[in-house]
Amino acid sequence: MTTLRKPRWWRGRTAVIGIPYVWLLAFFLAPFLIVFKYSLAEMGAVTVQDVMTVADGVVKLTLKYSNYNFIVSDDLYFKAYVSSVKYAAITTFCCLFIGYPFAYFMARARATLQPTLLMMVMLPFWTSFLLRVYAWKGLLDEGGWVANALTALHLDHLLLAGGMIEALDKYMHTPFSLVVGMTYTYLPFMILPLYANLAKLDLRLLEAAADLGATPWVAFWKITVPLSKAGIIAGSMLVFIPCVGEFVTPELLGGPQTLMIGRVIWDEFFSNNDWPIASTVAVVLVLLIVVPLAIFNKYQAEAQERKS
Amino acid sequence: MSRAVFGTRFAAGFGKSWLLAGFLFLYLPMVTLIVYSFNKSPLPSIWGGFTLEWYGKLASDQEILSGLWLSLKIAFWSATLSVIFGTMAAFALVKYKRFFGRTFFSGMVNAPLVMPEVIQGLSLLLMLVAIQRAVGFPERGFMTILLGHMVLGLAYGSVVISARLQELNPQLEEAAMDLGAKPWQVFYLVTLPMITQSLASAWLLTFSLSLDDVVTSAFLSGPGATTMPLVIFSRARLGMSPSVNAIATVTIVVVAVCVTVASILVARAERRRALEISAAQRDDS
Repeated sequence: MTTLRKPRWWRGRTAVIGIPYVWLLAFFLAPFLIVFKYSLAEMGAVTVQDVMTVADGVVKLTLKYSNYNFIVSDDLYFKAYVSSVKYAAITTFCCLFIGYPFAYFMARARATLQPTLLMMVMLPFWTSFLLRVYAWKGLLDEGGWVANALTALHLDHLLLAGGMIEALDKYMHTPFSLVVGMTYTYLPFMILPLYANLAKLDLRLLEAAADLGATPWVAFWKITVPLSKAGIIAGSMLVFIPCVGEFVTPELLGGPQTLMIGRVIWDEFFSNNDWPIASTVAVVLVLLIVVPLAIFNKYQAEAQERKS
Repeated sequence: MSRAVFGTRFAAGFGKSWLLAGFLFLYLPMVTLIVYSFNKSPLPSIWGGFTLEWYGKLASDQEILSGLWLSLKIAFWSATLSVIFGTMAAFALVKYKRFFGRTFFSGMVNAPLVMPEVIQGLSLLLMLVAIQRAVGFPERGFMTILLGHMVLGLAYGSVVISARLQELNPQLEEAAMDLGAKPWQVFYLVTLPMITQSLASAWLLTFSLSLDDVVTSAFLSGPGATTMPLVIFSRARLGMSPSVNAIATVTIVVVAVCVTVASILVARAERRRALEISAAQRDDS
């Protein structure tokens, strides 16, 4: 036999790979290309004008790059991008600060207790996030429990000094309420990868460090933290990237100072009905997050290949 | 050993208090909503007395009830189709080591996990509008929202299922093939029973994600197709609303019961499986 016959299971394999592949190409990738096309188009009276028109034997291609000029020149968009990245970074840091010790002590708890702890962390995640963000409106509003507690503890002076609130005893629609809301929403996304990573930590390494004379504090920074780097990166990406484009939390809890790019896209699309500008803003946002996206994808691919 | 791990009794106490504070932070808003839903006064800061009237009003709230029905329908189909596609994608990534554009495919599968929803919603809507102008289908509504939820569901589903597929012992499937089973028989008789639990877990996850989705649904919905989260969102924007508190309490209670029951069942199944495996090993030796 001179030709190589394809094995009998070839058709099944093509289907299993092909069906999701084609589906994703059609409903995930193609939309991005369309957004890019719209970002180069002009808004007509009712709908977007065609980029390519064929009439009288002439193919006319109209690429309006002035949308991009507009985005770059107008201060509003630049401020929104900067503000989005800033608050996403603050949220990521807060989640890491709260979540790392949380995940660490969860992983060190009694083995029989850990599934229960895990379930208790997951339960808020399964409950509607919209409702939980909405709950913070009640907690931070005038007379809300958390607002009263913060004022009673005079923490509002501290927040005012840090620029997180505008006036004493007014916590709603401030950077503070936004960060609290986003940290709250994304905390499980940080805890779970960290826990998965820390639970696999070989405790004998810490024993060895103690035998060699390291204090627990030193052992933590020299052994535990470097080994949990993968979990830290995964958790941080899972928090940072979606936070940059967040819409619901800034809309419910944010205020005039906390302009986020998600709201800009929403307003351009729904209020201004300006699809090309909304598309342009979206394209620039994707470019902004492409580096963290690549890092995240690399981590995911490694995680999926590691065991096999 | 605990000396090396915890260091001191201080660290152990610190750990317990951090966990306690963390859980308090996570659960306080949910408890608050439950308390507010029984408050006679619509203002959260004033306690007006215990009442069930908001729940009574909820039962006759047409907007919420029709939104709930639509959300449940979409969530059911989104979860089912996401699990099917997600299993295929997970198989492709875990079992088949090399195929054309593997990295690219892996990127497309994982990206919806983190991609901001405004981008996903906007892009999908623009494309569906372009398709609709060309062929007249689909109308903005059930179908479009379903497609949007499926993109997200596929990503989450494939993460859950591929995690389970990696744990499986490949020798079991190889043994089946040695005994003459065709690939689809291997899948149906050997692989599928072993991943059933994670299929159920992926279904529940994508179901709750679809039920809860706001931004993608907002972009993709049309007249007459308002999902429950969109109804809640429009009311929440205006301020604290007792009807939202009531629906929130119902949601929280239902989810809490389901998650607890599911965890107990899973724990029981795990214990039974471990017993069966150790019993089988004892029989061998």
